[in-house]
Amino acid sequence: MAGAVSNFPVAPVARARRATTESSVVKVILIGIVLVFFGLFLALPLFVIFQQAFSAGVSAYFAAFEDSATQHAIYLTLLVAAIAVPLNTIFGLAAAWAITRFHFRGKSLLTSLIDLPLWVSPVIGGLIYVLLYGRQGWLGPWLMDNDIQIIFAVPGMVLATTFVTFPFVARGLIPLMQAQGHAEEEAASTLGANGWQIFLRITLPKIKWGLLYGVILCNARAMGEFGAVSVVSGHIRGQTNTMPLQIEILYNEYQFAPAFAVASLLSILALLTLVLKSLVEWQAEKQLREGANATTSHP
Amino acid sequence: MARRKHVLPGFGLTMGYTWIYLGIIVLLPFAGLILKTSTAGWSEFWRTITEPRVVASYKVSFGISAMAAAINSVFGVMAAWVLTRYRFPGRKLLDAMTDLPFALPTAVAGIALTTLYAPNEWFGKLLTPLGIKVAFTDLGILIALTFIGLPFVVRTVQPVILQLSTDVEEAAACLGANRFQTFRRVILPSLFPSILTGATLAFGRAVGEYGSVIFIAGNLPFKTEITPLLIVTKLEQYDYAGAAALGFVMLAASFGIVLVSNGLQAWDARRRGIA
Amino acid sequence: MKIGILHKLPGSRLLLASLASLVVASANAKTIELLNVSYDPTREFYAEYNNAFVKYWKEKTGQDVKVDQSHGGSSKQARAVIDGLRADVVTLALAADIDALHQNGDLVPADWQKRLPLNSSPYVSTLAFLVRKGNPKNIKDWDDLIREDVQVITPNPKTSGVARWNYLAAWGQALAKNNGDQAKAQEYVKALFKNVPVLDSGARGATTTFAERGIGDVLINWENELLLMKKLHPDDFEIVIPKQSILAEPTVSIVDKVVDRKGTREAAEGYLEFLYTPEGQEIAAKHFFRPTNPEVLAKFKDQYPEIELFTIDDVFGGWTKATAEHFADGGTFDQIYAAGR
Repeated sequence: MAGAVSNFPVAPVARARRATTESSVVKVILIGIVLVFFGLFLALPLFVIFQQAFSAGVSAYFAAFEDSATQHAIYLTLLVAAIAVPLNTIFGLAAAWAITRFHFRGKSLLTSLIDLPLWVSPVIGGLIYVLLYGRQGWLGPWLMDNDIQIIFAVPGMVLATTFVTFPFVARGLIPLMQAQGHAEEEAASTLGANGWQIFLRITLPKIKWGLLYGVILCNARAMGEFGAVSVVSGHIRGQTNTMPLQIEILYNEYQFAPAFAVASLLSILALLTLVLKSLVEWQAEKQLREGANATTSHP
Repeated sequence: MARRKHVLPGFGLTMGYTWIYLGIIVLLPFAGLILKTSTAGWSEFWRTITEPRVVASYKVSFGISAMAAAINSVFGVMAAWVLTRYRFPGRKLLDAMTDLPFALPTAVAGIALTTLYAPNEWFGKLLTPLGIKVAFTDLGILIALTFIGLPFVVRTVQPVILQLSTDVEEAAACLGANRFQTFRRVILPSLFPSILTGATLAFGRAVGEYGSVIFIAGNLPFKTEITPLLIVTKLEQYDYAGAAALGFVMLAASFGIVLVSNGLQAWDARRRGIA
Repeated sequence: MKIGILHKLPGSRLLLASLASLVVASANAKTIELLNVSYDPTREFYAEYNNAFVKYWKEKTGQDVKVDQSHGGSSKQARAVIDGLRADVVTLALAADIDALHQNGDLVPADWQKRLPLNSSPYVSTLAFLVRKGNPKNIKDWDDLIREDVQVITPNPKTSGVARWNYLAAWGQALAKNNGDQAKAQEYVKALFKNVPVLDSGARGATTTFAERGIGDVLINWENELLLMKKLHPDDFEIVIPKQSILAEPTVSIVDKVVDRKGTREAAEGYLEFLYTPEGQEIAAKHFFRPTNPEVLAKFKDQYPEIELFTIDDVFGGWTKATAEHFADGGTFDQIYAAGR
C-alpha cells in the first residue's frame, strides 16, 4: 500500500505517445460514448427534477416551501442527520484507529461487519428495528410499558439512518490510515505524548481531508435515506416525515410540482455534496503529494 | 500470530467502543432478526424462502442486478479510462458527476427516472411507438439499478488505471503489438481484478435497492417484483417471521457479497503489490 | 486515555439528552393530541373534517384538540399501529384491517365493530371504472375488462384495501353471472389480473400510474377517488359505472390500548361520533363518500350514480372468511399468479 503513495501520478509522460495512447478517432468515440451515457443516466434525471419543480412557475416553486408540513420535514431531516452523522463520525474514528493501529485476531471479520450495512437492503435496515423495538418485537412490550417510543418516532428514524450510514466514515478512514502507517504516532509516543495529544496533533491533521470526505458522504446518505426510514416512520404529516418521505406524500396527494420542488432541494444538496467532495479530494491529493515530496526530499 | 505489545495507546478504548457501537447499531438488531427467523422453525423457514413467488423475486433481484453490474463494467471502465487518460474540456465536471447516484436520494432518482421513461413523457413518448416499454417493466428496473451502480465500477477502476505504468504498454508497443492487442493482453488483465471488485460492489448495492426501484418497477408478482418489496409485502400482511426469513436470506447474500468483495480487494492489492 | 474518555463523554451525553427529550416531548402538553391513522384516499376529507372537529370539540367541551394525520395503504397502516404507531383512532378501508389490531396485540376488543352504529362504518363507498376521454376502448362493464386489448390498473390486494374490494367486487359479480360457480369466478378474476400491467401498493399509487403515467385503459378504484380525479381533470377522463359492484364499507374505531394509556378516550370517541352527525356526513359527501345519514344522502343524491350493490357479508360471509380464502398466503390470489408459470 505504501507503493500507492510514491506511485502517485506525476504529469503524464509525453514520450512514446503513439504507442501508449489511442488514435484520436478512438478517443473521440470513447469520449462521445461516455458523454452520452453520462448524459442519459446522470444529467437528464437531474434536469427533469428541476424542470418538473418549476413546471408550475417560480412562485409556485417557492410556495411549496411555505407548507408547514414540508418545513417540518426539512427540519426533521436536518435533525436526524445532525444526530446520526456525529455518532458515526466518532465511531468511524474509533474503528479506524483500532483497525489500523493494532494487530488483533478477527480483524477481517470486524471490517466485514462494519461494511455490512452498506450492502444490506435499506428495507432490512428498517425491518430489524421493527423486529427489535416494535410492539411485537423483543424489546417492544417493555418499551411500551415504560412509555418510551422508539419506532414511529424520531429515535427510530435516527437509528435507521445511523444504520444505513454506519460504514461511511470508517470506510473512508481505514484505507487512508493504513496507507499512512503509524511511524509518526509511534515516534510521538516514545517522546512521551499521550493518546489524546497524538490523535489531535499528529493523526487528525493527516487524516482531516479523508475524514471530511467520509462525513460528507455520510451526511448525503443520511439526508436522502428513504427505504429504511420509510419502514420505521409512522408517516405522520408534520411529525415523522423527512424530506424523502414528504416527497412521497406530496406525490400521493397529486401535488407533483411541490413534490419535485422538495426533490430539487435534495438534489441541490446532492450537487453541493459533489462540489464539496471534489474540493476535499483535491485538497487531499495536494496534501498527499506534499507528503510524498516531503518524504522523498528528507530521506 | 503472536500478540505483540502495543506501542500506541487507545487500543482498549477504541476497540471497546467499536464493538459496543457495532453491537448496538448492527449486531443486536441482526440477532433479533435471526431469532425471529428461528421462531418459525426450519421447515417453515425453508417453505417461505423457496415459495415460487419468492424464488421468482430472487431471479428478478439477482438477475437484473447482475445485468446492471455487467453494463456498468463496460461503461464504467470506459468512463474510468476516459476520465483518467484523456484531457478534454468538462472532464472535471464529468468526474464530479460520477458520484451523483451516490449523493442523490434514491426516492428522488426513482421519481425522476419514472418521469423520464413513463409512456406519456420524454423518452417514453419516443420509445413507445417503437414498442419499447421501459417504465414498469424489467427494463425500468435495469435502468434504475444501472444508475445506482455506476459510481462503484468507475471509482474502483479509476485508481488502478492511474497506477498502471505506461512502461509495460510501451514495451508491448515496441514488441509490435497494436493498441488493441496491448489493451486486450496487457491493460485489461491488470484492470480485471478491480473491474470484478467494482462489479461486485455495484451488484451488492443493486440487490438491496428499494427506493428507486419501487417507483419504476411494475411490482408484478413473478415478473417485476424485487425481493425487498416482498419483505415489505410480508410485513404488511403481519407475517413477521416470513419477512424475517426473507431478510435473513438477503442478509446472508449481502454478507457473502461483502466477503467476496473484500477477498477480491485483498487479492487485487497483493497482485498490484507484486506487479 | 483518561482525557480521551473525558473528551468523548460530554458530546455523547448531550446527544443522549437530546434523544431523551425527543422521547419525552409532547407528553404533557395542554392540547389534546389525537392521531388518526387512515388509508390513502381520505387525505383531503380528513384534512377538512379535522378542522371542523377541532371547532366542534372546543365549543362542546372547551378543550383544545389537535388532530394529526397519517395515510398509506390500509394494511400497511394497520401494521404500523400493530408495531407501535400510537394511533388514537383508526379509519381504515376495511374491517379486516381493524380485526388485525385485535388479533395482533389485542389493541381493540373483539367486538369493536359493534360499538358504533352501522357496523362502525359512518360513510360508505363503492367501486367504479375510470377510462380515458371518449372511452376509446369502449369499456361498459366488468366483461370488457378481460378483453385481450384492455389493460387494467388495480393495486396489490396483499397491501391495499381498495384492491381487496376490487378483487371481491370482480369475483362477486362473476359469481352472480355464473349462478354461483366459484370456479368460473376464479377464471374471470384470473383473466382480469392477466390484463394488469402494474400492481401498485396503494390506491393513490394506482391512480397516479393511470392518470399521470398514462398506463392502462381502465382504472378500478374507489368511487370517491374517481370523482375527485374527475373534478381535478374534467377533460381527461370519464367515469364508467358497472352494472353491479360491491358496497364498500370503510370502518373506524378507537384504539383502546393507546387511548387508555394516553388518556384521550373521550376525545377519540367524540372524534368518531362526530362522523355520524349531519355536519360530519356533509363533509364526507363533499369529498364524494356516500353518507349513511338518509337526509344528507338525499341532499347529495345527484353526485352518486345508480348502481346495484352487493355486500361482503352476503356474498363472501364477512371479512374473516374472505381474507382466509382469497388473500392469505396460498389463497386464490396467490393461486392466480402461481398457476401457469
